[in-house]
Amino acid sequence: MRKRIRGRHLVFVALVALVGALVAPTVGVSKSSGLPTSIGKGEGALSVVEWAAYTDKSFATKFEKQTGCKITRKDAGSSNEMFNIIHGGGGGGGGQYDLVSASGDASLRLIYAGDVVPVNVKLIPSWKDFLPAFKSPPNNTVKGLHYGISIAWGPNTLIYNTKKVKPAPTSWAAIYDPKYKGLITVPNNPIQMADAALYLQKSQPALGIKDPYELTKPQFDAVVSLLKKQKSLLKRYWVYPADNIKDYTTGDSVIGATWPYQTLSLQGAKVPVKEIIPKEGVTGWSDTWMLTKRAPHPNCAYLWMKYAPTPQVQAKQANVFGETPVNPKACSFMNKIVKGSCAGYHLNAPASYAKSIRFWKTPIADCGWGGRKDCMDIQAWNNAWAGITG
Amino acid sequence: MAIDVAREAGPLREARLRVSAAFWRRPRLKLLALLVPPVAAFVGVYATSLGALLASSFWTSDAFTAQIVHSWSLGQFRTIFSFHDPTYLRIAARTVEIAAAVTVTDALLAFPLAYYMARIATRRQRSLLFVLVLLPLWSSYLVRIYSWTTILSKTGPLNWIVNGLGLPDTHLAYTNWAMWIVFSYVWLPFMVLPIYTAIERVPGSFLEASADLGARGGRTFRSVLLPLVFPGVVAGSIFTFSLTLGDYITPALVGGSSSTLIGSIVAEQSASNLAFAAAFATVPIAVMAVYLAIARRLGAFEAL
Repeated sequence: MRKRIRGRHLVFVALVALVGALVAPTVGVSKSSGLPTSIGKGEGALSVVEWAAYTDKSFATKFEKQTGCKITRKDAGSSNEMFNIIHGGGGGGGGQYDLVSASGDASLRLIYAGDVVPVNVKLIPSWKDFLPAFKSPPNNTVKGLHYGISIAWGPNTLIYNTKKVKPAPTSWAAIYDPKYKGLITVPNNPIQMADAALYLQKSQPALGIKDPYELTKPQFDAVVSLLKKQKSLLKRYWVYPADNIKDYTTGDSVIGATWPYQTLSLQGAKVPVKEIIPKEGVTGWSDTWMLTKRAPHPNCAYLWMKYAPTPQVQAKQANVFGETPVNPKACSFMNKIVKGSCAGYHLNAPASYAKSIRFWKTPIADCGWGGRKDCMDIQAWNNAWAGITG
Repeated sequence: MAIDVAREAGPLREARLRVSAAFWRRPRLKLLALLVPPVAAFVGVYATSLGALLASSFWTSDAFTAQIVHSWSLGQFRTIFSFHDPTYLRIAARTVEIAAAVTVTDALLAFPLAYYMARIATRRQRSLLFVLVLLPLWSSYLVRIYSWTTILSKTGPLNWIVNGLGLPDTHLAYTNWAMWIVFSYVWLPFMVLPIYTAIERVPGSFLEASADLGARGGRTFRSVLLPLVFPGVVAGSIFTFSLTLGDYITPALVGGSSSTLIGSIVAEQSASNLAFAAAFATVPIAVMAVYLAIARRLGAFEAL
């Protein structure tokens, strides 16, 4: 959400790159794959671009003491901003940043733009414990190469007030139902259109939607028209998650689209709400620690990627940020921090659950299926969303 | 003193004297030395960023990488001023409407208050009123907006009072009415202060002379007070109008399903489509330019 002036860092970046090249650290590298085979000694520093609290002091201080890698953080406000930081300054992190906690709507862009490099998951012992859906997910694994390791995720769920909404909803149809006119809230985010596409995929099979992020013009128009109709039923579009909680405590909203973080906060405050995964399925987001191409501290970066997915750290991060770990071994530690938080964030759900989630990815014209190149791109999504909400 | 002179004795003192003598001999040099730092700051920080904004509004953003493409085009403005898809015209019109409504409301609220403060209140009352007007500015703007969402919400204090009076719920929360109320509240001090200053500057004898000539209150207000205070009202309205044009927090927190303003779009697109955000950000500049031209026509700046 913050503005940047490009090129501002050029001189600085050039200097850092020069210094980085001079003190290039030694990492054991396999000849055949080009991937490191061992993690060398830490360089004493680690520079990350992250979602706020992804290297929270409550668990990062221990890492800094253990490894001697002192973390410097740059918090990003949006996926676009995150991409710009890593891609700008000459690309590949500009020789300044080592790791980026990219979400699924930025990770593929970073891979295709050549800003991040494959990592050797064999150096990350916790990786083999990950939920199967996050070992080699399509948003960070391309042609068998892992461009980073998954770290956390969350579904976009349907929430409702159990006292006001009867019978209990089972389908996304409820948030398009005139019965709840003026009592529905949904997120203000263009990628939210995928939720509508997912609903149409099941409710109107004639449209032939295969992937909610890959929509042709007629499919896209159907989504836009559904959302334009929904607009008159809405109380509002929420922008800030913490602010969304209020909609249900005050009773201004009784049903809508939300995240588990809000539901758990509300249930903690004894508000009679419940969240479900509707029968059409849900969209979701998942984040990956990615290693930049020109990382000045690759050893510290690997040490962090090794540390972050361990169960205790995962549990702490999940409860600090309000999201679901990728390592199910974190479950018992989560419950120790906040009782019931493992189930609350759906970490104890069957593996098929995470697999059923359609994770965010950037809509591009060149969509994967049938060699089509006429899908609506992110710019079209942004414009259409402005047309719907504006 | 003697110590100072002693410390400055020698080449240092000589240099100092030479410099001051040089400035004395060449007044233009002195003026230049005084003006260069503020002008450099103005050009470097203020004008450059504005220039960058204007320039990038004629560029385009790559859809996939969100990087600026430096090729000149009017494409962004074509999207904004498209009658085929009037989304952005609608948003701009809504923003100007709300800004105008807020400005009129604040002027109507601020005038009597400022008049009371400047002419009627005792010294103690005036100090107290000043503190009360300024007090909100000392607390976080975000907190004040957020507290309004509580006041207006379905189960908030407003409905509690209204229900207590036997009236049905108001449905003000998350509407454009709510935005109008909150904007009028947060920008009120910016209207009160310039009007207060303007009223204070009107000599009391003018009002007495008007009364002596047989004018009643209304006539004195219209023919004497208002023309003299008008520049103050315009100064205040520049603040309330332009602040509303650029705000994006209020629509996000108290707005409803049709409350997108220019600021919301600029904030949202500044990461994904910087060129478009820049182009849309020029709309408030154009609106303000037109507004100031009209104010000038009305003689608002003649008394300055």
